[in-house]
Amino acid sequence: MSSIDLTSETNSTSHRTSVAVRWVFFGCAFITVLTTLGIIAVLVNGAVNFFFGASVIDRLTGDAWFQQVTFTEFFTGTEWSPIIGDRSYGVLPLLWGTMMIVVGSAIVALPVGTATAIYLSEYADPRVRRTIKPTLEVLAGIPTIVYGFFAISFITPILQRFFPETGTFNAAAGAIVVGIMIIPMVSSLSEDAMSAVPDHLRNAAYGLGATKYEVSTQVVVPAAVSGITAAFILAISRAIGETMAVTLAAGMQPNITMNPFAEIQTMTAYMVQIGTGDVSVGSIGYQSLFAVGITLFAMTLAMNLLSLWVRERYQEEYR
Amino acid sequence: MSSDTAGGSPFENVGDDVDRKRTIGKIFVAICFASTLVGIVALVALIADVLYESWGWLSLDFLTYPPSRFAENYLPTGRGAGIYPALIGSILLIALTAVFTMFLGVGAAIYLEEYAPETKLTAFIEANIANLAGVPSIVYGLLGLAMFVRAFQLGTSLIAAALTLTLLILPIVIVSSQEALRAVPDSQRQAAYGLGANKWEVTRDVVLPRAMPGIMTGTILSLSRAIGETAPIIMVGAATSMFVPPVKTTAGVPYPDLFGPFAAMPMQIFDWARLPQAEFQHIAAAGIVVLLSVLLFMNATAIYIRNRYETR
Repeated sequence: MSSIDLTSETNSTSHRTSVAVRWVFFGCAFITVLTTLGIIAVLVNGAVNFFFGASVIDRLTGDAWFQQVTFTEFFTGTEWSPIIGDRSYGVLPLLWGTMMIVVGSAIVALPVGTATAIYLSEYADPRVRRTIKPTLEVLAGIPTIVYGFFAISFITPILQRFFPETGTFNAAAGAIVVGIMIIPMVSSLSEDAMSAVPDHLRNAAYGLGATKYEVSTQVVVPAAVSGITAAFILAISRAIGETMAVTLAAGMQPNITMNPFAEIQTMTAYMVQIGTGDVSVGSIGYQSLFAVGITLFAMTLAMNLLSLWVRERYQEEYR
Repeated sequence: MSSDTAGGSPFENVGDDVDRKRTIGKIFVAICFASTLVGIVALVALIADVLYESWGWLSLDFLTYPPSRFAENYLPTGRGAGIYPALIGSILLIALTAVFTMFLGVGAAIYLEEYAPETKLTAFIEANIANLAGVPSIVYGLLGLAMFVRAFQLGTSLIAAALTLTLLILPIVIVSSQEALRAVPDSQRQAAYGLGANKWEVTRDVVLPRAMPGIMTGTILSLSRAIGETAPIIMVGAATSMFVPPVKTTAGVPYPDLFGPFAAMPMQIFDWARLPQAEFQHIAAAGIVVLLSVLLFMNATAIYIRNRYETR
């Protein structure tokens, strides 16, 4: 009958295993840092190749740099045609396409998502909330390619009925479908922010004679505004990076237009076009992927950091 | 909330205006409720649209035949054409991704929850994971293309796509696994330490078994996101017209061809959906029904695991 031997764990093999295991786990966690570094390295290397005719790695092995595409042309040129015809490398038409999708989807998703959040947080019966929230989560789990199909097979025909000038591919259908896609993001993050507003604020307002409508719009929403704003920014970031739905719905025609029923091309759709086409590796078409990619990455990163900053800077602390 | 007017309520508290206020309140609720319905109606419309478009085009043959250039072959009366290589390709792709993410995701979560000291490096790793979750999936595709396909010379292969998808869902898997580990009560760890177990033994024998259902649920949900991802596998170069699944056979035993070309369901659906002929819209819809069924099955499994082991 021996008692537990508390000294047994001091033997060195077991200790060594423990240390090794720790390093393996650290390695797993560190992969995420390597992923970020990898993304930045790949994008910078490819973009340098696009602008200067040789990648960073080529340069190290002896290739010379020359100005293949100027920054002025890339950022201010209004013609994007890197693989066919007279080559021109102005990214503005792609940026414009992305902006049309962003603005259109924001018009759909921000009011609808916020109103949904108000309803769920302030008005809905807990039972109703328990049914509606998972349903909206289903919306968030549907693959984006399915949304693209929904846009061309359902939304575009409806638009064509009301606006006969609507093309087979058009910005409006893409914007609407991206808007639907980001509603759950806006509503669930905004609702979290509204639910975090403590009840004593609501009760104080009721005590002053406020109606439920006034409490919702003049107490809860202002108190949750940092969280709501952060949700908006994240949703917009998601719309910027959205790929398959806009590729299928909005088309492949770089175009600076105000007409929502015209075909456009977003940055992401261009990348898909190159990815599915037979553009040879090393050609400027291939290199342009990374120039567009780094622009996209910079935009979404800026939005994500901004969202984080807004939430931390303007969050109201309640005790 | 800065509307503190001198000596009064900020809310217009006028007796005879109550009716007007009530009306406004009712209209406001109606608007909010209608907005809530927008999302739900869209979901119903989407599912109805897909089912309607696929009606009459979905048969058992669709699951067991390779794709065809001729739309009539897909009809139940046709010679047989379908999604078979892409279905098998997607299943193998997800299985491979599951192996990688389980190992890396759980390992990283264990490090961050059980081992990591509270240093700046740990804080940086956590912030970085949060940021990675917001990177568009197509950017991961570029990473996969330049890193796995080109630099590591894996080519447009199953393994290159699986590694790309692994990096894509890793942030979500890590965060959900961390939550599962955090839910294990500290008293259990302390009890094991009290018996003389070391950190690794506590993690392996006490924490992991308790956290496993939560980890599995989170991982399966992330994998169900990966199976529908189209943009990354397009960039990695998934094939559009593969007539055989990525499977090789040695001495009668089939095994996945990790380094060969492959087709996957979302890519195949994209390929059908962008064809101009109207018939292919129906075929794309049939493909979507298969994809969504697989997705539903995965989500149902995750929910089953959660409900089965959660209550204690």
